[in-house]
Amino acid sequence: MIPYPEPKKRRFSISRQQSQKIGFTFVRLISLITVLPILGIIVYIIIKGGSHISWEFLTTMPSDGMRAGGILPAIVGTFYLMAGTALFSIPLGIAAGIYMAEYASDNQWTRIIRVAIISLGGVPSVVYGLFGLGLFVLFCDFGISILAASLTLSIMTLPVIISTTEEALRSVPYRFRVVGVSLGGTQWQTITRIILPQALPGILTGIILGLERAVGETAPILFTGATFYLPHLPSSPLDATMALPYHIYVISTQVPGMTSGVQYGTVLVLMVFVLGMNLIASLIRSRARSRRQW
Amino acid sequence: MKRSEKIITNTVKIAGSSSILFILLIFVFLVREGLPALGEVSLKDLFSLRWYPIEDLFGLLPLISGSLVVTFTSILIAVPLGIGTAIYIGEIAPKNVKEILKPTVEIMAGIPSVVLGFIGIQALSPFLREFFNLPTGLTALSGSILLAMIAIPSIVSIAEDALYAVPSSYRDASYALGATKWQTIWGVVLPAARNGLMTAVMLGIGRSLGETMAVMMVTGNAATTFSGLKSVIMPVRTMTATIASEMGEVASGSVHYHVLFFIGIILFIFSLVINISSTSVQGKSKQEKGQVIS
Repeated sequence: MIPYPEPKKRRFSISRQQSQKIGFTFVRLISLITVLPILGIIVYIIIKGGSHISWEFLTTMPSDGMRAGGILPAIVGTFYLMAGTALFSIPLGIAAGIYMAEYASDNQWTRIIRVAIISLGGVPSVVYGLFGLGLFVLFCDFGISILAASLTLSIMTLPVIISTTEEALRSVPYRFRVVGVSLGGTQWQTITRIILPQALPGILTGIILGLERAVGETAPILFTGATFYLPHLPSSPLDATMALPYHIYVISTQVPGMTSGVQYGTVLVLMVFVLGMNLIASLIRSRARSRRQW
Repeated sequence: MKRSEKIITNTVKIAGSSSILFILLIFVFLVREGLPALGEVSLKDLFSLRWYPIEDLFGLLPLISGSLVVTFTSILIAVPLGIGTAIYIGEIAPKNVKEILKPTVEIMAGIPSVVLGFIGIQALSPFLREFFNLPTGLTALSGSILLAMIAIPSIVSIAEDALYAVPSSYRDASYALGATKWQTIWGVVLPAARNGLMTAVMLGIGRSLGETMAVMMVTGNAATTFSGLKSVIMPVRTMTATIASEMGEVASGSVHYHVLFFIGIILFIFSLVINISSTSVQGKSKQEKGQVIS
């Protein structure tokens, strides 16, 4: 009789169930380490900044070398930049998304466009700043202005809007298109009257997330539109402007003797902007999901 | 086809190809402003060890090594945390925990880098200085930790997609052989998703390398060269931070200005290589899966 091989003896032997338990605990711990700092930061900013938020802080000009007073010009500037970015990037992004989803055939040219969109999405934000300086500020001679900064931010936002628009359009079932055309509609009529309304929530979500990123960015506007301090509000698109993210950079590194109330208050205002947009986007998304009929 | 329809269709087609135009424009304007640097500074001087623009010393090596140290350290932190979190969200977490974790990671993606930089100055750097007993808390490590927080959300979302794309028949087969859930995750799901996970890691590297504000605010901005492990807890200066902090003060057309654009070219090429190669990895994994299923 052949002796049955003895099972290898390990010094530390743990059962499969035990190793599963260890593994799960480990992964759970990792998730906690990932998430807790973020929640901590948000709560910390709300506590430290909340006490400084007042109507006056939001609606008056800075004073005492920005160490006191309000942050009105930064808030208004951020609104202007967001509006400018929306103005350029939304029509172009949606049109490009429609092209990718409805018109583009699977050929070499489409693949090149796809590589271009992916590449645009990966360009570092400070490189967008250089590009905006070279093209819009100097070559087009817009100067350091809201216009130049908005155009720069638009191109940065474009890949986000294009890909979410394409994805939203593609998720509308094919039969919707068949029905549209069979009723005598042209391709464009089918797209604008049947497909686009169905895909609208997805597209809106993409637009908001794209603009959210643009609003929070500093590097692309550093040398294209942002300015240290303005004694008045910008009056034309060719004026430079203050903006919340750049203002945070300035008051946390460039101004000596800054009061922490103004700092945390400004950070909180920007966070409310950004997280508010995030919240709206997820509300639209979940509402659309529950109402979808297909 | 009606004439108006034709015009619209052509407009959409042009908009669809706009991404190609923009990526080319970025390249052209970087080269236009950056390439003269090669004529003004010899290659030998560009790849020397001193960055000291006031004395016309434009050695890029300290900046490149600074970027690499910060990026590498941040990836060491972000990859285990990001992929671990993705595993927990995708494979293990009960539904109600998932519904808290996923939005939190999304919020994390939305926090502007200038806000993280501010928190870095206020809380992280003082803590690290105390903890390691350093002369200053503004070090490569502070930058790396913030960069990890910026890279984690993209790593989580791409890794999660990669895990989700593994067919459930793989898992079923593994369970049928008597494997535990943890053995299945470790031995079957992760290897099957490896290409997608690689993509996640590479895009994380891309995000870290291109990030500007957070890094500029907390790394201390000293152009030192890599000198072993100790570099991690010493001040460094990255390529992105150099552009952002110096571009505002140089005269356009000067040597310094051209060299800053030249750094932009290096960053742009890095980001193109990382993005294009990571998507080709992803494309390959799709092909492989198709073969398995057919």
